[in-house]
Formats: sequence, structure tokens, C-alpha cells
Amino acid sequence: MTKRFDVIGKPRRRVDGRAKVTGLTRFADDVVLPRMLHCKLLRSPHPHATIESIDVSRAQARPGVHLVLTGKDFPVTFGILPVTQDEYPLAPERVRYVGDPVAAVVARDEQTAFEALGFIEVEYRPLKTISDPEEALATPEPRIHSYGEQGNIHRLQAFEFGDVNEALAKADHVFEDVFFYQGNTHLPIEQHASVAAVDGEGKLTLWSSTQVPHYIHRALANALQIPPAHVRVIACPNGGGFGGKCDLHNHEIVVSKAAILLGRPVKICLTREEVFYMHRGRHPVLMKMRTGVTKDGKITGMHTQTLLDGGAYGGYGAASTFYTGVLQTVAYHIPRYKFDACRIFTNKPPCGPKRGHGTPQPRFGQEVQLDKIAEKLEIDPAELRLSIVAKPDSLTANWLKIGTIGLAECIRKVVASSDWKNRFRKLPEGRGVGLACGAYLCGAGLPIYWNKMPQSGVQLLIDRSGQVTVFCGATEIGQGSDDVLAAIVAEVLGVDPYDVRCVTGDTGLTPVDLGSYSSRVTVMMGNAAIQAAELLRDLIARAAAEHMETVPENVGFALGRVFRADDPGKLMSFREAIVLAEEKFGTLGSVGSYSPPRSPGRYKGAGVGPSPAYSYTACVVEAEVDRKTGWITVPKVWIAHDIGRAVNPVSARGQVEGSVYMGLGEALMEEQVFRRLPPKLSNALVHKIPSLLEYKSLTSLDMPEVFTELVEDPDPNCPFGAKEVGQGPLLPVMPAVANAVYDAIGVRIDELPITPDKVLAALEKKAKGETPRVGPESFPDVPYPEPMLVPPPWEGGDGNSVNTPRRRPLKKEALA
Amino acid sequence: MKTAAPTNVHLTLRVNGEEQQVSFAPYKTLLEVLREDMNLTGTKHGCELGECGACAVLVDGVPVLSCLALALDCEGRAVETVEGLASGGKLHPLQAAFADLGGAQCGYCTPGILMTAKALLEKDPNPSRERIKEAISGNLCRCTGYQQIYESIEEAARTMRESKR
Amino acid sequence: MMRLPWFEFHSPRSISEAAKILAAEGPQAMLIAGGTDLLPNMKRRHQTPATLVSLRQIEALKKAANGSGVTLGAAFTLNEIVANAAVREQYAGLWQAAAQVATVHLRNMGTLGGNLCLDTRCNYYNQNYEWRKAIDFCLKKDGEICWVATASKRCVAASSTDTAPALMSLGATARLVSTQGERDVALADLYKNDGIDYLTRRPDEILTEVKLPAPEGWRSSYWKLRRRGAFDFPVLGVAAAVRTASDGTVEDARIALGAVSSRPFLTKGGELLIGKKLSDDAIAEAGAKVASAAKPMDNTDLDLYWRKAVAAEFVGYALREIRGDDMSATRVRIARHAL
Repeated sequence: MTKRFDVIGKPRRRVDGRAKVTGLTRFADDVVLPRMLHCKLLRSPHPHATIESIDVSRAQARPGVHLVLTGKDFPVTFGILPVTQDEYPLAPERVRYVGDPVAAVVARDEQTAFEALGFIEVEYRPLKTISDPEEALATPEPRIHSYGEQGNIHRLQAFEFGDVNEALAKADHVFEDVFFYQGNTHLPIEQHASVAAVDGEGKLTLWSSTQVPHYIHRALANALQIPPAHVRVIACPNGGGFGGKCDLHNHEIVVSKAAILLGRPVKICLTREEVFYMHRGRHPVLMKMRTGVTKDGKITGMHTQTLLDGGAYGGYGAASTFYTGVLQTVAYHIPRYKFDACRIFTNKPPCGPKRGHGTPQPRFGQEVQLDKIAEKLEIDPAELRLSIVAKPDSLTANWLKIGTIGLAECIRKVVASSDWKNRFRKLPEGRGVGLACGAYLCGAGLPIYWNKMPQSGVQLLIDRSGQVTVFCGATEIGQGSDDVLAAIVAEVLGVDPYDVRCVTGDTGLTPVDLGSYSSRVTVMMGNAAIQAAELLRDLIARAAAEHMETVPENVGFALGRVFRADDPGKLMSFREAIVLAEEKFGTLGSVGSYSPPRSPGRYKGAGVGPSPAYSYTACVVEAEVDRKTGWITVPKVWIAHDIGRAVNPVSARGQVEGSVYMGLGEALMEEQVFRRLPPKLSNALVHKIPSLLEYKSLTSLDMPEVFTELVEDPDPNCPFGAKEVGQGPLLPVMPAVANAVYDAIGVRIDELPITPDKVLAALEKKAKGETPRVGPESFPDVPYPEPMLVPPPWEGGDGNSVNTPRRRPLKKEALA
Repeated sequence: MKTAAPTNVHLTLRVNGEEQQVSFAPYKTLLEVLREDMNLTGTKHGCELGECGACAVLVDGVPVLSCLALALDCEGRAVETVEGLASGGKLHPLQAAFADLGGAQCGYCTPGILMTAKALLEKDPNPSRERIKEAISGNLCRCTGYQQIYESIEEAARTMRESKR
Repeated sequence: MMRLPWFEFHSPRSISEAAKILAAEGPQAMLIAGGTDLLPNMKRRHQTPATLVSLRQIEALKKAANGSGVTLGAAFTLNEIVANAAVREQYAGLWQAAAQVATVHLRNMGTLGGNLCLDTRCNYYNQNYEWRKAIDFCLKKDGEICWVATASKRCVAASSTDTAPALMSLGATARLVSTQGERDVALADLYKNDGIDYLTRRPDEILTEVKLPAPEGWRSSYWKLRRRGAFDFPVLGVAAAVRTASDGTVEDARIALGAVSSRPFLTKGGELLIGKKLSDDAIAEAGAKVASAAKPMDNTDLDLYWRKAVAAEFVGYALREIRGDDMSATRVRIARHAL
């Protein structure tokens, strides 16, 4: 019997829609508490310096100032990953980027706190400024951190799955390209805010713009050295997250400490400039790709090398580094694969996870390179991709388990909707179309700290009033997680989703869910919700079955009614059924848990990349490019996303269109870039454009029409088959733009963003008969270690490595 | 009128049709007074420099940025915020459409866009897609890609035209 | 939240009352009209006037007169200028310039006078106090060095007004009023090529109105280069006005540039057209001449060499539009919407 859904798959108003349009959604900065004080942070004006002294006495004496804190008030380091505990809430001895906080003032109002910052006297001793990875590789001293691989190298990773050199030697053609993907930032319109307060029992509550209340709970208790049982973190709905609110933020610890010391609520709200300093966004990545192909376009092997500019701290960087390599294998069949990755410390705000976490950069390189391969082999780029799409229910060379894969269908859909066959290479000069694909996780297979507990928990409360309340630690960041939760519970229990109350993102009330990152919520929370709801439904069915003189298996639930499946005329209201169940079983409640399936990879490092399912996307972008100016216009985008099943198609389409929006920003204009003043005159290294005016995000007038299609091939690992949709659709957009520009005017821009000045420069090269390309010319000598060798599944491997790699020391001259 | 720093000023503001006496520091913008002195936190802020549109409200029916309007300069003028959009419990057609059709994702830019769209529909009950794009081009939205916002405004316009028949 | 510093506030009802306050308070008083330029600057502590004199209550600054030409009060908002039928019909360049300033909301607030007096811009300058401290400040405010051109003795912040080049090409004048009396200056004479001291207006003077000469025989056009369809200041503005005889021969022409210098300025490109017809060759020649005068610096959005490289093309857009070519598709591509 095909299951008919009442809620799932129906376009609906999201359950929190009303609050969002009435101004009632309470974002963190909307939290106002009696006796609340306000906090401002003093930040370093130096990119790299030691703190010689801090004198806060004059600030402390200002009228209205209640507290001034400095680094000595925070002896414990923190960091979101257990392996990277390298940050202080306020820097005690060393500042590592312009914006690194050194002191905090808490005062009666924000203006008073801000004015008092000017009375704090800090003496700094500047250290050498390290601006970018190449400078860092050449400058092992001074080290920005005393830990890491060596010099200013934070992380090195190297893996080889089968002999790639041999695979390339056997190929008919080997393509080698170097690409650069500029860093960019999340730019949520909501600036991060936090309010900390101590309750009547002396326990701490933190309301915050965070995507990960559980991780904050853990890390905050540790940073403050107080029992986690005395800490409650409430994730307010985020005014946009995109990965930017996934770290424990220094200001969250500062206001918590201040609230504990003062016994009064303390609020902080970052300015836009400070949000640029908080960053944790897209790493700038230089990459080199060598790919071997047969003459009919089959990949024989691929070698990806990446170099990440990590900024001043670790954050999620170790994971970001892995992600520049691990997901290259899940879209197309790559029999042998090698990747080397390196993350560098520089004196800039730290990078981290942004929508697509580490994967958009290599995906850009791979998809542009495929376009070049297709041209050389004279194969249509869509056909080429269709011929190499990875197989369903297969393993990749690096031991990732692919379940369902709707990529071919996505390609076919955008090829049809964009009229690709009649437009590719056929549009008039100056107009072109480009195609690219992408693949993404539906949740990271492992949590960020090692444990065997569930990754998502859901609890249900139900009582004689007919109300259903669902508790889960998942966090609404705009994506609609509350709506997914309500919809799934409503579907299982046969009630109206608007009758379900969601209590989410509150570590004091809700079971642990790891948070809204890695596109994990629908799958992990959804599976836990199904389990909890089915447990309750079974209890209700048993009670109702008795009453209706049938067996529990014959009890149906739909539209607020409970009925005999074989005789739907025999029915009762859901509320009546609950009363029966409460009579029979006592107070009703249930819990559900979800842990992802174990991944087959056993080698050290196999933990990053596995996911219960992968989503896939294909995209065609049309571009118009003006020959005389290089001016680029994108009139239309066609995109198809393999979502498994859409829980609420309205929200699903919104996620796809929003991804296209953000992808076009990254492709065409968004850049987190820095100014290094002339070193002879200054040590300064500042964010070039920390404002919403000069960091360019597309306005409505810049946004093209988007034609969205959803491919629904339900995945058995996913709730009702539903995969992710929040991040994957971003991935193909940037390379599709680059490929479209090439189709329009025959120039390759192998770096992002693609701006008109680069296009014009490439056109000028073309006119002179030079290679019509703008992009990085070379890849530096990075001391990648000897790779861990892991035979792919089809070469007799068991998922373990066959060697224990040694680290290659830095060259002598580099250390000199 | 002359104000001496650093004491508060007292004046009457008319917000969502209600007159209210408020006392505030004279450096405050309308945004700060609405949020901090009148507890109308529905109006949001993303930059306070006129670079995003999140704080848009209507003053005398015209969409302006509350972050760049001195509250002192708003005495005697009609201010409308998102809190005044619904009548009683009944959502304004724009609100209903935004909630139904994905016009609001995270909801943070939404109040500013709703107010901007309200002014548009009062001037032009049947705006073209191009006209809508232009009208909200001063409101940045990072979530939606704007398309569902256009559709929401078009749907609201349709509802409003039909209800007037 | 970025907040304003403390200030005293005056809201006079007449121009003379405002002039008296300015005269009495001296340079530490500043005028505020729409506030869209001054208030962000005050929040970033570029300007910290002790006294603000609001022009909002002065009805006389919102008067328009049609006679031989048009007179526009300085306190008209930019959207009021856009809605003005005479402007739309007779002074296309001004209309196109006003319609492309910032955003809908900012045009509802910002005024014509404010746009003409807009502070010069530079991305070493338009930053918060803390950011500027990190570069040890700059010549324009609190510092010693112009970081854009470290050898420069002069601040090279960019004039970023859209309406000024348009008004210049149209031959407009501005009236300045103080307790000392009033004077009319040609718009070109309102500006100095100095990023700090960029106006010839004295601090005690109020820009009260702008007069446009009669439009007979003139056609005008304004093309703005910026990254996005809204928000952004120009990084190149080309304003052209041309008077042609009935046979199409150019009798007079003015081409002004904005955003590529510390002031908007009239170029010699217009003179090249006089006596010629607007042929493709004549347009190209004028474009090259105008572009040679553009001196963009690395202190705004977009690559400076590229901004200079495309200047001639933008002059071409303006002159071809004046010639009567259908430029609507190009306009949509550049402005991101049909104006």
C-alpha cells in the first residue's frame, strides 16, 4: 500500500510563519530583562602583538560602569573542537588579528559602555604581521600559535586511495589546473547578540544567536569552569545563520561571566563591523587539481591539493580542511583519489564553516575542470557528467557510502528546462550557458566530540487536552526546522501541524540535538521525531483498539481522528483517543533518538565525510557578458535538487532559491578581503570592507529569475525519505557561472569572485593571442606529509590504512 | 526646539495610531527609541548605517530607515511599525501571504520588507514584478533570493484588490 | 548597535533663523537635512558636531518654481525630485541621477542639498573609529598619511554625489545663504579638488536652492557605474548634456564626471563635439578625451584601472542615449532595472 501523506509534501504555511510576520519572533537582541546591563568589547587595533599592560582604572571609574573584565579574568582557553582549544574570551597576552577582544565593559547602557572603552589603556608590542598562506609558509617565526604542525601551519592532511600516479599515467589525458576561491562571509542580517542572566536558583541562562546550543552548553560550562547542570543555553531563532553562529563566541563567555559576577542580566549585541571580525566563514582556498580521463571522458584518478588561509584561530578549521577533500568523490565515480590539504594560520579573523563547509571551493575547481575536459574531448558537458555519475548503493574510493543518488535526474531536468541542447555553444556572442553539479552531506556522521550517544533526541508530551508538545534541541535558524519537526510529528499522529507546539533549542528543556549545521536537522531530528511519535502512536493505538474492538495494527490516524482502518466509519477524535490511552497507561510521553549508521571507513580520518545520505544538485546558469567592459549579467538560473522528499515544498524551494542567491554572491561579488598597509610604514592588516555597504550582497535588482525543480527519490535512511536542501543547492552555482562566462565569451576565470575587471583582463589577453584566462598561475610548495594509504573497496581494501605515515619536516631554508 | 546634552528629552510620538509620551536620550534614532524605549522590538537592525533596510518603518506613510531618523525629528509625525500591521488578531494580507508563501525565512528582514511593501501597495495596488523588485531593492534579504517575497507581495496585492471589490 | 554621540539640537523654522544659529555656533555646528550622510558619519565618529541644526521644519527650502528654467529647493527629498514632472520631462540627466541614488528608503530621506554636499568617500575613511585606529587614522580625519597615495599631501577621497555631475552638465547654479547675505555659484564652482575641503561653501552658509537654466534644445543623460542595482555609491558617474541644431549639429555640449576625483568636474570632452554631429566616431573621440581626465583611485569598490578603462564606454552610453539610440537594454544591464 502506498502511504498517502496528509502533511508531508503539502505546501503549507510554516508553523512559525505567523510569529515571523508579526514581529513576535524573539531574536536574541529582542530579549529584554529587568535590571539588564550592557556590554561592549575593546578589540585589538593590531593584527599581531603581545599585550604589555592593560590599565582599566579610568574606565572602571566612569559613571554608570559596573564592571571591566580583561584576559586575567578568563584563565581557561576554549575552542569548539576538542583538539583546538586555542582561544581566550579576552586575550590575556597575545592578540592575533585586528578585532581580537582584549577587554569588556559592562555598563548601564550601551553608549556608556562604548564611551568607557576609550578610557582603557592598553600597551601593545607589535609582532610581525602574517598576511597570507604564502607569507606564513615563508615565515615559520614568529608562530601565531605554539601548537599545530610546524611554523604557522595549523593542519596537514594527506590521503591516497589507490595509486593515483599510476591511474594518471594510464589516462588518455591528464588535466592540471590551479584555482583560487576567495574567502567570503555569512552576512546574516541579524548581528550576533547574547543575554546572560543568573536565575533565582543561582544558575546561569544564556540566550544567544547560536545554531548549536548543545555545543555552547558544553563549551561554556568548561570555559567558565562551572557544572554543566548549572548552565542553560537557549538558542533564540537566528536572524540567519549560514554557519556563522556555530562556534562558541568569545562574547557569549564574557557576558556569562559578567552576569555571574554582577548577579544581573548582561546583554551584548555586536555591531556589523564586529560580525565581520567574528567571521568563521568561507576559507580562501588555493587548489590544484590533476585529473586523468580516458578519451571517452571516464575519470581514471584524481589528485586534489588544497591550501587554506585559516585566519588566526582553529575553530572548526580542522574539519574545514578535511572537507576540502573528502566530498570530491560522491558525485562522480572516481576509481582512485588522492588529496593533500593544508591549513595555515594568518593574522586575520578565523575562518570556519559557511554553507557547504569546505566543499564549495574544490567543487568549483572540479566542475570547472570537467567543463574544460568536456571541451577538449568534444563531449557535451551534461553528457560527460551523466556518463560518470556515481552509482546508487555504492562505496566511493575513500569509503563513503552512497545511498540514493538523483544526480542524473537533476542533470536531465536542468538540461530540459534550460533548453540546454539548443543553447550551449549556440547562443550569440556575449551570451552563454554553463552547467555544473554538486553533492552534499545530510548531516555529518560523527559529532564534533567523540561519544557514542545519539546525535538527536526528541521528546513528546501529550495529554488529555489534545495538545502535542515536541521538545528537541534543534535550532530554528530560518531554515524551518520547527516546521519540519511539527510536520513529522503531525504526520505520524494524524494531527494538524498547527496543533503541535515546538519547544526547541533550549538545553534546559529539550533533549540533546547537536544543532543546526552540516545539513543534519531534517534527517537526524526527523528520524528521532518519527521514533518518538511512533512510540506514542502505538500506545494510543492499543488503547483505541480496545475501545473499537480491533487490533492495534488496524488503528489509523489522520486529520485529527483515530479510526478503524478496515472500517473508517468507526472513529473517535484524537483527543478522545488520548483520554483512553491516558486511562490505560497513565501519563503519556515518549522519546526518540537517532544515531547515524556506522561508516565503513576504518582509517584514521575516516570520520569526516560519512553521512546517512547525500543530496545532489545540478544547475544551469545563463550569463551575458559585455565584450567592451566585461560587465556580467545573469538573467536566469535553472536548478534541480535531489531532496529525497520535500517535507514542505514552500520551504524547500526557499532553501534552493536562497542557495542560488548566496552562490551568485560568491560567484560574482562577495569577498572577505583585507588591506595590508605598506609594511615599511605600518604593521596594519585590516578587513578591507567590514560593512553591509561595501561587502556586496545581491539586492533584489541583481537577482535573476530562478527556476527550481525538486527531484524526489525518497532515501531509506531519511525521514519519509527527506534529504537536506539547505546547503547542497549552493554548490553548483559558482562553477556554473564560470562555465557560462566561458560559453559566452571564451575566457576562463579560474578564481572567484568573477568580476568584470578580470573578464576584461582575460579578453585583452585573448585579443593579444595569449591564453584567455585569469586565475592563479602556480601552486606553492607545501610540505604535505606522506599520505595515508587506503586501498579503495574495489582494490581489496577493508577500509583500513596500510601504512603509518611519517611527517615530512619543513625544508631547512624555510625554517631559517 | 533646543535640547541640551546630556539629559533626556520628553516628547509625544504617534506610533501605530497611538500617542505615547516618551523620554529618551536625544542622540537616539527612531530605531533605538522604538526598540529600547517603547519596547517595539519588531523593528530590526542590521547595520544602523542605512546599508541594509532591516529597520524600515513608515513615517507619514513613506518608507524610511529608522536607524537614520532622529527620534527628535519625528514628533508630530505618524510612525507605523510591523506591530501595527495586523488588525486585532487578523493578519494583514501581506503578513498572511509572507507566512504562507515563504516570504519570510529567518524573518529578520521581514518587518522592514512588510512595511516597505505596504507603502508600495497603497500607491500601486497592482504592481508589476519589476515595480516590486525596485520597491524592495533597499531591503537586503540573505535567505530567500527574493523570489518568494515577490510572490508574497503579488498574492497580497491580489487579496487586497479582491477584498475591495 | 552603532549610536550617535551627544549633540544639541535646533530645529529652526526659517532660513534666516538657521543662518543665525550657524553664525552664532561656528564650525562646531552642522546642518542636518535628510541625515542619510551625516548620521552614519557621526556614528562612525567622522563628524562629532556639538550642535545639529535641522532643516526639516523650514518650508522655504521645499519650494519649486518654474519660469525660465526650474528652481528646486534644497530640502526636496531625492524621491520628490524624481516625482517632479518638470525634472522628468526636461532634465533627464538629473532625473536619472536622482533616481539612482542609494535606495528607495534613502531617497525618501536624503535631500537634493544633502546629495550636493555629500562628504567625500574613501574606504580608508568610511570606517568605524576602531578600524581607523587600526591604520593609525588617515589624512582626512585624525591622521597624517593618505593611505591611498602615501606620497600625497592632499586627501584623495572620492566625490560620490550623483546629482552634482548631472546638474553641472545642465549648467545649474546653487544659492548659498548666510547672515552675511546670499550668493549664487555655478555648480562647478561649488567644489574643490580636495578630499577634506571639498566644498567652497563656508560652514556658515546654507545651500538653499538649485537653479536650472531653461532646457530648450538640450538633451541630457546620466550613467552611473556601481556594483549593484541599489545601495551603492557611484564609482563612476558620467553626465552629458548636448544642445543640437535641427540638423543634428552639436551647438553646445557639456560632459561631467563624478566619482573619479575628489570633486565632480566638467571635462573637455563636450567641447570636442561642438560643430559635429553625434557620429560614432565623434562619440568615441569625446569618450577617449573624457576618460583621459578620469583619475580613479584605489579607495572605492571595483578595480581602479578597470573603472578608468570603461569610462569612455560610459560616455558613449550617455551620448548615444542623447542621440536617440535605444539604450534601454544597456540601461537594464548596467542599472539592473529600467529607469
